[in-house]
Amino acid sequence: MNYAYYPGCSAKGSSADYEKSTQAVCGMLDMNLVDIRDWNCCGSTPAHAVNTELSAALCARNLDIAAQQGVQKLLTSCPSCLSNLRHAAKRMEDPAFHARVDELLDNPTALKFPAVTSVMQGMAAHCDADEIGRHVRRNLGALSLAPYYGCLMSRPAEIMDFGDPENPTLMESLLGACGAKVLEFPLKTSCCGASYGIPEREMTARLSARILQLATDMEADAIIVACPLCQMNLDLRQKQAANSADARFNMPVLYFTQIMGLAFGLSGDDLGLDKLRVGADGLLLKIEQAASAQRGSAEGGKA
Amino acid sequence: MRIGVFICHCGSNIAATVDCAKAAEIAKSFPDVVYAADTMYTCAEPGQAAIEAAIHEHKLDGVVVASCSPRMHEATFRRTVERAGLNRYMFEMANIREHVSWIGKDKEANTNKTAELVKMAVAKLRNNSPLTAKTFDVTKKVLVIGGGVAGIQAALDCAEGGVPVILVERESTIGGKMAKLDKTFPTVDCSACILGPKMVDVAQHPNITLYAYSEVEEVSGYVGNFSVKIRRRASYVDWEKCTGCGACSEKCPSKKTPDAFNEFTGLTTAINIPFPQAIPKKAVINAAHCRQLTKGKCGVCAKTCPTGAIDYAMQDAFVTEEVGCIVAATGYELMDWTVYQEYGGGVWPDVITSLQYERLLSASGPTGGHIVRPSDGREPQTIVFIQCVGSRDKSIGRPYCSGFCCMYTAKQTILTKDHLPWSRSYVFYMDIRAPGKMYDEFTRRAVEEYGVEYIRGRVSAIYPDGQGRYVVMGADTLLGEQVEIKADMVVLAVGIEAARGAPGLAEKLRISYDAYGFYMESHVKLKPVETNTAGVFLAGVCQGAKDIPASVAQGSAAAAKVLALFARDKLENDPQTAQVDIRRCVGCGKCIRCCPFGAIKDSEIRGENKAQVIETVCQGCGLCTATCPQGAIQLAHATDNQILAEVNALCR
Repeated sequence: MNYAYYPGCSAKGSSADYEKSTQAVCGMLDMNLVDIRDWNCCGSTPAHAVNTELSAALCARNLDIAAQQGVQKLLTSCPSCLSNLRHAAKRMEDPAFHARVDELLDNPTALKFPAVTSVMQGMAAHCDADEIGRHVRRNLGALSLAPYYGCLMSRPAEIMDFGDPENPTLMESLLGACGAKVLEFPLKTSCCGASYGIPEREMTARLSARILQLATDMEADAIIVACPLCQMNLDLRQKQAANSADARFNMPVLYFTQIMGLAFGLSGDDLGLDKLRVGADGLLLKIEQAASAQRGSAEGGKA
Repeated sequence: MRIGVFICHCGSNIAATVDCAKAAEIAKSFPDVVYAADTMYTCAEPGQAAIEAAIHEHKLDGVVVASCSPRMHEATFRRTVERAGLNRYMFEMANIREHVSWIGKDKEANTNKTAELVKMAVAKLRNNSPLTAKTFDVTKKVLVIGGGVAGIQAALDCAEGGVPVILVERESTIGGKMAKLDKTFPTVDCSACILGPKMVDVAQHPNITLYAYSEVEEVSGYVGNFSVKIRRRASYVDWEKCTGCGACSEKCPSKKTPDAFNEFTGLTTAINIPFPQAIPKKAVINAAHCRQLTKGKCGVCAKTCPTGAIDYAMQDAFVTEEVGCIVAATGYELMDWTVYQEYGGGVWPDVITSLQYERLLSASGPTGGHIVRPSDGREPQTIVFIQCVGSRDKSIGRPYCSGFCCMYTAKQTILTKDHLPWSRSYVFYMDIRAPGKMYDEFTRRAVEEYGVEYIRGRVSAIYPDGQGRYVVMGADTLLGEQVEIKADMVVLAVGIEAARGAPGLAEKLRISYDAYGFYMESHVKLKPVETNTAGVFLAGVCQGAKDIPASVAQGSAAAAKVLALFARDKLENDPQTAQVDIRRCVGCGKCIRCCPFGAIKDSEIRGENKAQVIETVCQGCGLCTATCPQGAIQLAHATDNQILAEVNALCR
């Protein structure tokens, strides 16, 4: 089944592994993600921090293209893209705002835009837990996973429509369907420091350290994320966070699509695991050990 | 007819934007007006005297006062004209304050509007006729709904005043929320020790009949003559035989029954008596957890009971009581704080409500008065108290202050220090509201003598740190800093809401309630215990948040209203009732069906069905008048002719 897809800039750079694993997992679930043509950057944080009309114009162009292609529902992986696209669509409901943005774009945009939703929600709408369970080839039962949505995915609640803003649970159900042990992770919606990693590195280090410390204390095997920037702060900057908290972390931070791909039996190459700063070898080893122990006991039972 | 018109200045309330002298001058030109004047304060003693004098001097037989809303002073001026010898219904009032002077600044327009309102009142008055009230007997017996401290006080004061009292309590014991408290502010005296004797008085007073484990099912009638149907819920124990010995609950094998009295901090047995001082001290079976009632196999309590009081076949029973007055004292509930997902939404075991904490402090509570963590039974070292959880929070639709949380939190911190001298307590607060007698001194003591750390700011999140403690993240808005406290236990000062089922009961009693289910008083300042339904009074938190002293005071105030009403042997009805013109009535019965008070009955007159109004029951709402297809029912003092005269005065 085809789905219109907005990859966003990170997918083509810093989160190439998110993109790779998303495509792989969606492919297995018979979700064919098709890029909308000639898409542009959503403006990310810089655009909306400077000017909401500029930000909306960048987003509205993408939404307009999708509308012209006759798209009903547009999927995107990145929470920041999702937030910008949904905010823009909301603001464009105001005719005066719509007119000003059209002027910026030198082009009248569509009066009705397609709905935008996350790949995660798209996946849940596409297939139920049983369907996901049917694709599982590797048993993740040995892993304790800390689901971490970041601050953006569920907020503001009335725009993002992602369940309870303080306690979303969609990722838990996907991971649970893959057979993993999912922790009740209290900091699942707190901020990692986001783009403050550049102007205020210390703050991001402190906020990320809090999340890494709790996951470590809860004996999580990995933190599972849905946002390229969260992944970068928790993984690439893990050493900075550790230094700020005077601690040592060794916490793999995987995209939910990567861990789902592992469950589906895909290889590390298919999922871009080589891109992780904190490697997932330990995870794979644990999965393998549990599997061989199970085989051993099964054979023992036969003998 | 000779009509006198009085235009009131109301100080500058009216005179600032209405030319009262000119309005009076215009009024003189209206038909039948023989006298008109403007006065400074018509309601004051000289103002009323001037009306009386004018009635005598100018031989007036009708009076119009143009002043404020009739809600407050119509009764005042009716008494004035009555003193001068007129019938009280030969009086009309024009509201030129709320309807004119307070809402517009254009003096000329206001003066014209005043004159027009007076013209309408005069036109109505010309069609008025004297009305006289009927008298009826009063049942000198009162129903008190709710056996918390407010209801107890109202019941005892009425009983002491010689009035028989029916006290209905939903739970199996009276005592309400106060019975669950360990100590009370600001004197830190034991709640059970001060409430217990009052509860015993209720049980022993010859004038009080207590229906515990019962609810009000239906209310009909009117002031002086209410009829109340009471549902006595099945307790599965014959209370005539039960001696309260407690042998049944000792032997009951179903020991994992949730303990509602202890706010679910512990477990109890399926048959139990909630606490040692319960009144009545009678056992009740929790049907949902009783093995005999759910599985049909057990019967241990029936075998154990020395008096054979257990009756598994018991059904709800109904009694009907006739009373003259009703006092509603239905109290409150804690709001459902689990909407706060950032505080764990009820998932973390050591994040508890202040009422649960109260049960931990209480010697008769599940821990015998030892403060321990529900999760592991360890004594907490650091306790964080959070105020305003579900109070003053528009985001969850609770904009109001729950009133007493600041004080009990201070009390709980002081008690905590007494129980666990080495512990540390932190309080996150928005403002400290301690306006009662000795209240501010009390909160100061918590800070200054007991070393409680008060932090002004909200808590943004609570989460377990993975090692058995809780991280409380919040803001210190005085320092402008973020704070983070590692706590062993968190106590939430959860805001209050109206008691479960409060709106339903209000509808049975025909009283109003606000958007949050709290009962509406007749006047916020001047009639705080009355309702807009005659004979129904309010006491305690059902009317709005208040602490124990205020609840007790309001209980006594409601009793005073009951006793004052019962001081008369007969009551007068309001003669503004519906009247049937039997020549026009075709006996269709539409009025009988539409009357919300059951005040119209079918009667046979010379072999024909006709509607008949029971004048003492009719509340004068006018629904039947509008419904009657024949125009056979007229509402006295608001007849078609009177209303049309007003319309004509305005439109012609």
